[in-house]
Amino acid sequence: MTYPAFITLLWGAANTIGVSLLSIAIGTPLGLMLALVRWRRLRLVDPAVAALVSLLRATPSVTLVLLVYFALPTIGLEIPRFAAAVATLALGSMAYNCEIWRGALLAFPRDQYEAALAFGMTGALRLRLIVLPQILRAALPALVNEMTLLIKVSPAIAVIGVVEMTRAAVRIGAVTYDPIPAFLVCLVIYVAVIGCFVMLQRRLERRAAAAAA
Amino acid sequence: MMALPHGIEVLWQERAMMLDGLLATIGIAAAGAVLAGLLGLVLFALMIGRAPVLPRLATGFVDLMRCVPFMLFCYLIYYGLPRFGIVLDNLFAGILALTLYNAAYVAELLRGAYKALPAETVEAGLAFGFHGWRLLLRVILPPVVLSAVPMLGNQMVQIIKDSAFLVIIAVQELTYAANEIQANYYVPFASFICAVLLYWGLCLGVEGGVRAVLRAAEARR
Repeated sequence: MTYPAFITLLWGAANTIGVSLLSIAIGTPLGLMLALVRWRRLRLVDPAVAALVSLLRATPSVTLVLLVYFALPTIGLEIPRFAAAVATLALGSMAYNCEIWRGALLAFPRDQYEAALAFGMTGALRLRLIVLPQILRAALPALVNEMTLLIKVSPAIAVIGVVEMTRAAVRIGAVTYDPIPAFLVCLVIYVAVIGCFVMLQRRLERRAAAAAA
Repeated sequence: MMALPHGIEVLWQERAMMLDGLLATIGIAAAGAVLAGLLGLVLFALMIGRAPVLPRLATGFVDLMRCVPFMLFCYLIYYGLPRFGIVLDNLFAGILALTLYNAAYVAELLRGAYKALPAETVEAGLAFGFHGWRLLLRVILPPVVLSAVPMLGNQMVQIIKDSAFLVIIAVQELTYAANEIQANYYVPFASFICAVLLYWGLCLGVEGGVRAVLRAAEARR
């Protein structure tokens, strides 16, 4: 593979990582918000959120990105490819993260919450000082796992023409008539990036297991 | 939003194409799931077995697959196989990619369930004279597969979602059909919403199936 081709791939890798990080930064807090909404068990809202999460979790990213990019303009919302890509991945991440946060909230000891109530803490204070630190620790390994899943589905955004790493490799292949070398370099970069997240997740899991013992 | 009634009209006209896409997605996902399940079992057996090099090879393959995006793997299979003189049409290349990729995930989740299995089960099986394949099939697999049912269901949903990636190698499944219809008539909202709802229906079906299996297992205990 030539040097310019390699630079093209690195540029694609930067796009992949940029889009992924942005989507994670948007999807994770949104997921937490949805989980907190469900924690309140509000009538009407709760089943609506549950249905939205179930729908998004069942939707392939390829289909969702096509929907976001091609359908939004028909209701007057013209958005650039990059924004459509981030919105799609963030929506998927939101749905998965909602379930993760919800699991952590369900496992959260109710008595601590009641103790905080008894001490007269306000809602925001209870959340910030008592609930969040603990559910964050419980949810962290699963959240990191979800980040690796997001990077693995990120090539879906190539179908609307965002030049992330996989599409960069396809482009190189179209010029050289041999896509395999570019795909293999691509593979090495993905394995390096995702491998880092997997190792981080394993360390967090070991730490959690040690703390529980 | 004005265009939605028109979109629904177009979809109704083109319902045969949408239905073909849906059936193709069901067929591809079902074939991929059965084959990935069988290959996953073999990989799992190799991983926990005592053969000299095989456990390492199987574990290496599983770990590699878990770090690779499905779409890239799909391209590698599609463009890579002809180099070895294997020419498959798009559909079979897609099913092969789906099988190899998801088999690794199946093997890994079976291994997870196996690790949670109490050691006494296997020891009792050994004491009763079970060895090798018979130990695996009669003693290890029944509890492992049963406890992995919810996760196998999740993987089935993942296979359905992965099958949408096959649109990139022009396999004519559900997303392909929705995209064709939107390209021909410019009704993106109706066609993709319809596809999304159909995917949702499939996944709810899988979840219902998992619940039914768990209920049946509970009733038989």
